[in-house]
Amino acid sequence: MVDEKILFTAGHTACAGCGQALAARLVIDAAGKNTIVVNNTGCLEVFSTSYPYTSWRVPFIHSLFENAGAVAAGIESALNYLGIKDNINVIAQAGDGGFADIGLQAFSGLWERGHDVLTICYDNEAYMNTGIQRSGTTPTGTNTTTTPVGKNSVGNLRWKKSLIDIALAHKCVYVATASIHLPIDLQNKVKKALKMKGPKFIHILAICPLGWGSEPQDTIKIAEVAVETGFWPLVEYENGVLTKVRKYKELLPIEEYFKLQKRFSHLLKEENKHIVEMWKQKIKENVEKYNLLES
Amino acid sequence: MKEFLEGAVAIARTVANCKPAVISAYPITPQTHIVEELASLIANGKLKAEFINVESEHSAASCVLGASATGVRVYSSTSSQGLLLMAEVLFNAAGMRLPIVMCCVNRAVSAPINIWNDQQDIMTVRDAGLILLFAETIQEACDLHVQAFKIAEDQNIMLPCIVNIDGYILSHGYEPVEIPQQELVDKFLPPYNPLYKLDVNNPLTLGPLVGPEWYLETRYAIQETLNNEVKKKIVEVADEFTKIFGRKSYGLYEEYKTEDAETIFVTIGSIAGVIKEVVDELRQQNEKVGLLRIISYRPFPDEISKILLKSKRVIVLEKCISLGAKGPVFTDVVSSLYTQGINNGNKLPVVNNYICGLGGRDVSKEEIIEVYKDKEVFKFIGVKKENLGSYI
Amino acid sequence: MFAKIILPPATGLNNKTGSWRTKKRPKFLHKNCTGCRQCYLLCPEGCISGSKKEYNVDLDYCKGCGICVSVCPVNDIIMEEE
Repeated sequence: MVDEKILFTAGHTACAGCGQALAARLVIDAAGKNTIVVNNTGCLEVFSTSYPYTSWRVPFIHSLFENAGAVAAGIESALNYLGIKDNINVIAQAGDGGFADIGLQAFSGLWERGHDVLTICYDNEAYMNTGIQRSGTTPTGTNTTTTPVGKNSVGNLRWKKSLIDIALAHKCVYVATASIHLPIDLQNKVKKALKMKGPKFIHILAICPLGWGSEPQDTIKIAEVAVETGFWPLVEYENGVLTKVRKYKELLPIEEYFKLQKRFSHLLKEENKHIVEMWKQKIKENVEKYNLLES
Repeated sequence: MKEFLEGAVAIARTVANCKPAVISAYPITPQTHIVEELASLIANGKLKAEFINVESEHSAASCVLGASATGVRVYSSTSSQGLLLMAEVLFNAAGMRLPIVMCCVNRAVSAPINIWNDQQDIMTVRDAGLILLFAETIQEACDLHVQAFKIAEDQNIMLPCIVNIDGYILSHGYEPVEIPQQELVDKFLPPYNPLYKLDVNNPLTLGPLVGPEWYLETRYAIQETLNNEVKKKIVEVADEFTKIFGRKSYGLYEEYKTEDAETIFVTIGSIAGVIKEVVDELRQQNEKVGLLRIISYRPFPDEISKILLKSKRVIVLEKCISLGAKGPVFTDVVSSLYTQGINNGNKLPVVNNYICGLGGRDVSKEEIIEVYKDKEVFKFIGVKKENLGSYI
Repeated sequence: MFAKIILPPATGLNNKTGSWRTKKRPKFLHKNCTGCRQCYLLCPEGCISGSKKEYNVDLDYCKGCGICVSVCPVNDIIMEEE
């Protein structure tokens, strides 16, 4: 079964049902073999390149937790110097911790300087590799080990840092969200991005059965519900202009999303209604901003 | 042909002749003149290179790491806080066995913030597996840069190499310098031919997670490389440089009037120039004094112990201190004397440690002569009592 | 001197994660398959392969997550006991 065409092979040590592993495979298969991948420290790098095993069939480099943006900038510059950048894709990827928090500076510099690099954030909404600690993209009311639910706490207080808005503020030429339940859409976005020159960003929701307290076989369903509740709108911006939005006749109630994950089970209780109201408000903002409902 | 140049400018023009492909640096006093001159050379078509203006030193080091991994020659430059911010990346580059040549313009470390010269900054990364060379003069700084590329990029070495120069003294000072000529550099320095690189035709994975069953040997390998291949290469390259450029390059260390010396000063960097004058003066008074200037601080040249073991007293003068213990150079000299001297019937010279020049405090010839007459085991030179006492 | 710090491509294939399964494994019935390829696309291990209307899982790598079963639109894949 050794298919030379698969660029991210089986044999990695991701949890059964890992959304990030699936996303990573879809991304690199869309990008093709003329791609150099730069990865921050995190689940993906650890489970796919644990000596003596590597799942990668493209050149891959992992340096530190926060510098994929800068390492990728150096690689892109070297390829420019050698005159071979046009035929080679450079992808710099990280989890939400490595992208939105500790690695944001390096990605910011990469975007601002306009390097021709596709940056991807696999967002599982916490520092999963170190055991489920909250990050800058953990939504309100999430149960994590550093924002645990208890007598005095309803979980994480802050809402998600908006990477889409930050990427747009940096004038990235292509900015999009994607979901693993629509693999062809995800791959089309990668291919479209790679055809454009300049800094590009794709934000993928990576369902994490272990960290989210969900069943491995529900991973795709959860991704679908995340999108169809309006929590994770699927949008595309090209050169700063919103060009595509996936619309729905009606949206699922957000409780359908909470029901599938233990990290939100406390939000189904009466006393936490105010948190659910806050989620509904955020979703209403998405609906208005993107016109999510078909008229 | 010699030109009267600022140190930073001389170094930048030398580096340009070495043809780096990717340069990335972040402004910090007193190194900034080096990268400004490089940017100017690129802007005026005198150097073809990608110049990445990064948002911090951590990214500067990461950019050159990525470019080095892609198989091209790289260069960066920093000081003090910038070096400390790069520290993680330098350990990373050494562990990944990627050559990066850099200049560290030695400057004191915060707090308090101080932009003047001492050698504390580079001491924070002395454990990283880097090659650390120290220049006494601007000319030597230029010459060491050319050699640094050849040493770091050797396929049996593949480690970062930092050329250290004393901030302001060598970076902003002016000297008549001969920039290593392009034709001779081309003859001496081959293009970078990486042992491995990120290549879509040969897709390797760099930087895997390595467990206890594999990690120890990676450290052992760097240690062996530093102590064997690197030491050999430094000496070889210095000899070759001397032959091709017609200018003496000393290799691991320089001896100054040590042959019959009963007291030998040991130091690193530009202060050696002052100590040489002290040695001359004391020799005039028939004192048997000499100087051993360490050029390669890492790998530490145990070879110097052969010379020091013949003396009665060693005075280590350094512009750095491991707070809570002694000076780093002193510590390395003593441990070297001990391990090399075990077969010497345990007859070790007396070794004194003098900490001087911190935060750019001037060190005069007179103070060094005082040190010669002094017999302290460990002392800070020039402590002003009036600056001590209350915090405000 | 060097120590092992770099890997050649795809050595992960030597890590047979199929040994992770304890209770259940997927079984491809090959009765109603429409060739939609959702199983092939959505397996996190990428260990489902095939063509047209016949797909199979490589049990050397399958961790038994059950995603293929849950996404098959015609229920042509079931979980059975190991």
